[in-house]
This record gives sequence, C-alpha cells and structure tokens, in this order.
Amino acid sequence: MRITPKDEVRPVAGAESQEQPPVWRHRHILDLDDFSAAEIGLVMETSDAMMEILSRPIKKVPTLRGKTIVTLFYEPSTRTRSSFEMAAKNLSADVVNLNAQVSSSVKGECLTDALATLEALGADMVIMRHPMSGAPYVAARRIEASMINAGDGWHAHPTQALLDLYTIRQHKTSLKGLKVVIVGDIKHSRVARSNIWGLTKMGADVTVCCPYTLLPFGLEDTRGIFPEVTVTPDIERALEGADVVMALRLQKERQQSGLLPSIREYARYYQLTEARLAEAKADAIVLHPGPVNEDIEIASGVAHGPQSVINRQVTNGVAVRMALLYLLSGSKRL
Amino acid sequence: MTRPLLIKNGHLIDPARGLDETGSIFLADGRIAWVGGGKTPPTDYNIIDAGGLIVCAGFIDLHCHLREPGYEEKETIATGTRAAARGGFTTVCCMPNTDPPLDNQATIDYVKSTAASQGAVRVLPIGTITKGGQGRELAEMAEMSEAGAVAFSDDGCWVDDSRLMRQAMEYSQAFNRPVISHCQDAALSEDGQMNEGITATRLGLRGIPAAAEEIAVARDIALAELSGCRLHIAHISTASSVELIRRAKDRGIRISCEVTPHHLTLTEERVMGYDTNAKINPPLRTAGDINALINGLNDGVIDIIATDHAPHTENDKLCEFALAPFGMSGLETALGSLMGLVHDGKLPLGLLISKLTTAPAGIIGPDFGRLGTLKEGAAADITIINPDHEWTVDASQFASKGRNTPLAASHLKGRVMATIYNGKLAYKDASIKAGEAND
Repeated sequence: MRITPKDEVRPVAGAESQEQPPVWRHRHILDLDDFSAAEIGLVMETSDAMMEILSRPIKKVPTLRGKTIVTLFYEPSTRTRSSFEMAAKNLSADVVNLNAQVSSSVKGECLTDALATLEALGADMVIMRHPMSGAPYVAARRIEASMINAGDGWHAHPTQALLDLYTIRQHKTSLKGLKVVIVGDIKHSRVARSNIWGLTKMGADVTVCCPYTLLPFGLEDTRGIFPEVTVTPDIERALEGADVVMALRLQKERQQSGLLPSIREYARYYQLTEARLAEAKADAIVLHPGPVNEDIEIASGVAHGPQSVINRQVTNGVAVRMALLYLLSGSKRL
Repeated sequence: MTRPLLIKNGHLIDPARGLDETGSIFLADGRIAWVGGGKTPPTDYNIIDAGGLIVCAGFIDLHCHLREPGYEEKETIATGTRAAARGGFTTVCCMPNTDPPLDNQATIDYVKSTAASQGAVRVLPIGTITKGGQGRELAEMAEMSEAGAVAFSDDGCWVDDSRLMRQAMEYSQAFNRPVISHCQDAALSEDGQMNEGITATRLGLRGIPAAAEEIAVARDIALAELSGCRLHIAHISTASSVELIRRAKDRGIRISCEVTPHHLTLTEERVMGYDTNAKINPPLRTAGDINALINGLNDGVIDIIATDHAPHTENDKLCEFALAPFGMSGLETALGSLMGLVHDGKLPLGLLISKLTTAPAGIIGPDFGRLGTLKEGAAADITIINPDHEWTVDASQFASKGRNTPLAASHLKGRVMATIYNGKLAYKDASIKAGEAND
C-alpha cells in the first residue's frame, strides 16, 4: 500500500506536470519545524526503499561505505541508539558509540570540545542525544559534520516523529484529516512536540490529552508560533472517533515534583485502557514511543493487543533512520 | 590640574531645569562653571565643538555588574567603566554579587579604591542586604553605608524571607539608603530559562512566569508600606508589575522602579534558535509587556532606566542553553537601543534623558555629589550625543570584556559621541573635534 500524503509530494505523472520532486536541503536534522510536507513525503518514500532492503536476506548495502557516524549520547538510551546503529551499519557506515555526561562545572567547553574532537577524528555525521533542549543547535553551529538530533530535553525528537508518521502511513490511507490523539505527559515530551509539528504539517488533526499540570503553556494558543492543537483533560472525549492514539511514557519523578498527586491517580484517569480505546474508531491504531510502563500510561492488554503497532514502530525506526542517513549523506546510489 | 573645558554650540538639554536650547557650557575645577552663551572663559582652556549634537548631564546607571572582585575574566572595574564611558555613563552603581560579595566595609573599600585608581567614571558600589547575599542574616549595612555604599541589594536573588526583608527595610532607613529588590519568587522561577509562554513551549525550555515577578513586587510593596522604607524595584519586566507599582504610588507608598533598555525593546522571540546571549533574568517578555513598560515610563510609574549590564565571557555563553548564565552586556548599546524608541515616537527625548540623569540622581540622593543636571555647580559630568548617527553593533569592538549581546550586527540610530567625567574626556569618538582654545 502506497499513499501520497500531499499532492506535491509525488507530482501526477504525465506531460502536463512540470513539478520537480522535492529537493533535500537539510544538512542537519534538528526538528521537523523546518520540514515541508513534501520533504516529509520524501523521507516516507525513501523509507519505503529502505524497508525493501530490510526485507532482503542480506540487509546491507554499500551506500555509506567509508563514512564515519558517531552516536554521542548524554543520556542513556537503548532503543534509539541501537536503531541508529543498525541503520548506519545496514548502510555500511563505520559507527562509533560514545557516552558522555553533562557537567555544569566545565559547561560549554565540554560540549563544544567533544564535537571538535569528533570532527577532528573524521566524523561525517553525529547523532546526539542530550538532556537539555537546544543542545544540538549549539552543536550544529559549531561543526561541519551533519548533526542528527536523537532527542534534546523537552524539545524535539524528529526521527521518532518521522517513524511515527511512517507507521501511521502504513496503516491509514492518508494522514490528512486523521484524528490523532496524544495522551500523557505533553509538557516534558520531545516526542509530542516533534509529532505535533510533523502531524500538523501533513494535515492531521491533533488532540492532546493530559492533566493540566502536564500541559505546556499556551499549547492551545492560536498565534501560530506553535501549531494549533485541541486540548482536553478528558480522555474519553479525546479518544472519541480517534484514528490514531499515541500514549507517552510517564516519568515517575512527575509525582515527586508535585505535578501529580500520585501515579495511581494518573493511571486511573489517563491510562489507555481497552474500555477507553473503544471510544476510538474500530480500526484505530495505538502507538507508544517506548519504553512502555505497562499498566501506568497504557494497559498491558492494549500495549500487546491487536490495535497496537508498537513493535512495528521499532522495525520502521530502522528503515526511517536509514532513509535519513542516506538523504543527509547526499549519496546518489542505494 | 585639569584644564577647563568649553563645550560650545551644543543643543543643551537638562530636564532638571527645563533647559532645551543651543548654547555653551564651561567646566572648571570638576564643576559646571556656567551654562549659556555669550561668555568668554578667562583662562587657557580646551574646547569641544558640539555643533549639531545634544549635550546633557552624564548618564547614571543605577544597576550594573562590574564583576570585580572575583570574576575578572568577565569584566573589571577598569574595562567596565570604559564601557560605561562609551555608553555615556559617568556614574555607575555596581551590584554586590561578586566573589567575595560586597557585604562588608572592606569589600566596599576595595571597589572604591580600585575605581579611584583604575576607573574611567564614578563608581558607586551597592552593598548586599544580607551577609553573602545568602538571604539569612542582615549584612553590616551601616558600616557599608559609611564606607560609601550607595544602596543595598541582593541582586540576582530575592530576599524571600519576608521578616528579614522587613527588617532590612527598617534598619536601612537610619542612613537613608534605598533598598533595591530583585523581585522574583524563587520557587516559581526555579530552573526557568526564559519567559513562560508559547516560545518556551516551542523550544522546550522551562519558563519563568510573569507571576514570579509580580508576587515578589506585591510583597515588597506591602513591606515598603509597613516599614516606610525607600524601596527601589530593579528591572521590572511585566505589564502587571507596572500596574502594581502604579497602584502603590497612587496610594502614596515610597517606591521607585527601573526598567532596562532590553526589556523595553526586545521580546522573548530573541531566544529562538537558542541564542544564549538572549538568556536574561528577568527574561525578555512579550510585545504586550513592552507596551506597558513604555507607557509606564511615559506616565511616570517607572522612574528610571538602568542597564543591568551583565558581562560574561564567550565560553560562559557557548554552551547548552540551560547551562548558560543569565545576562547581557548592555552599557554600550543602551543609548542606541533607547533612541530607537525616540525615533519611533514612543518616548520623548527629554523624558529619556531625565530617566538616565535627573531621575536616578534623585534616587541616589545628594550624598554623592550634585549629579544628573547641568546646573551651575553640579559635577562636571557631561554626555554628548548624536541622535541620528547610524551604526552597526560590533561586539568585538566593545570596551567591555562582555561581548554577550543579542544585538550583535543590529543597526542602531543614535550614539554617544563623547563623555566627560569630572571635567575630563573619558571617551571621545574620532569625529569629535577637540582642541586647545589657543590653537
């Protein structure tokens, strides 16, 4: 099943069409706010080609042979890092994994020194995860290598959002007009922010659902600096007629910082349960960026149920990240 | 001994005495000897031709950070006062959050003696309210006052113990020095990086809500009323703070307040792209706040303009946004930024000058000389301005060590062309003609 999210993504074949396929113009991937629908479409199509490679008995192509890709993680992560690592290796790149720590006593120099070192060592691309919003932007201004944001603070996680879009696109004919509900800790979620950018650019209607203490300031604001979304604290109402439901991981420390009275109360009012999911359309799909706290933000029956595409997200993640590495490399051959 | 100085043909503006005319001004023995025209000085003297330029009293900055002692990599008294001179400031009041902090007589003495030997302009140190600026016990305010502290402030922190703040306000009245409060509720602003609003949401940065300032302003107004203290509120940044102060003044409470050039001209959107040079405390707010602050200046609710010059090194700011320190280097761009408001018709020129001269002199009081006016007998502190000079901000040319400005490469209209402190040129643009009368 192939779909065309927006007309301009794939011009109608024929003599009358003068449109060119979208040109890839990103040196870095920092967030989806500077992606057009056409560019997102290009990522989707390139991911299709990567899925085909992943279906082969030997899942390896020489596209990035001789390129060095560094994963620089200031925060622990298993799935995002291994997904990038597999993507890079499938394209025959050399991968170096580095763990780092943020130290406020040697701030600044620490991040920029690390990057200067990586560049001196010959990194062509740096995949960075950092607990502080904006760190990849500081980095991208300082280095020649391509920077991929693998999650920065509360701000953005563009490759996760793209794999979510890709997963939705696999199951729905078009993203346009879909009702997508994001349930959970929106305030501290880079996944939610990047998904809001990506989904709205592709024409989906986004509803976010959370207690007001986990809602970022002014999300419902219509001044246009951040895409408009519908906000409701009522999960039954939010899920009504939904095509896609995305549950977010709830960090335990939200209780300690006073944003929630208890995890138990949160689960009682915001857990995605079978009964609540029944409010959504019968063919609604359920996503979760992982790792899942079963029976907190999502009932284990839903996480493992027939509507869950959580494992598909993981598989798709490798293909989407392969597509992004390929597009960033400027390589012409696959 | 300094040669006398004649500044001729300038457009003299002194809101303190209603002066607004072309004329000359003669400085001798560190004082303004006479103001007007038609007189010829009796002796050898130097001349500055101020034709086409505005001549006013030297600016007074009630709020800046000179960083010495302790943070000399960011700024020193020598570099900070040279930056002040370039910005037209002949008197700067420096905040005590140094290392060690200015919380006793010895450190006040240190700043004064260093300024006397190395300063390009007058430095009036501000002492802390509490020991170490820690907010727990009163600092030795009387001794610091005797040593020359001009005011008391725990700038950077709010004294959040209400009883202690009340006591500071009561105790300080014996020696008639204002208490300057940095109004910001610590719990509500904890770990905040920028104004709480839609831009912070977009950038994923923890916000500092306007209410954090307003809660503190409201409490301090109540304590000023209770104690009768002369309270000055530093760098107000929100529309509701203006309203709180307006109502307090209407009720006759003795308070004054300041606003910075950046809070009058820049919005939170400057932070987009994670520009750490736009990370300032209190944070840059919204266009609505700017309008309220400009209105507050025009109708007198806001008494003065102060820079909150906060220099940092390039490395301090070259880091993750959350790790960068707050503050911008502001002395050298203050006038150019503010003249933008004058050119846009939002602020009359005379009012702007009074907010930089007469008004802060009034808050400092008479104990530190006759400042902020062109009256005969006043200190020979003069600033000469070209209101129409257009220039591009090049931080690498700053006299300040702090090149941390969100205004880098901005075009400004209006510039200080010369600054005279104590009868001597402290700064002069190359275009200004100065020479000896006998040449």
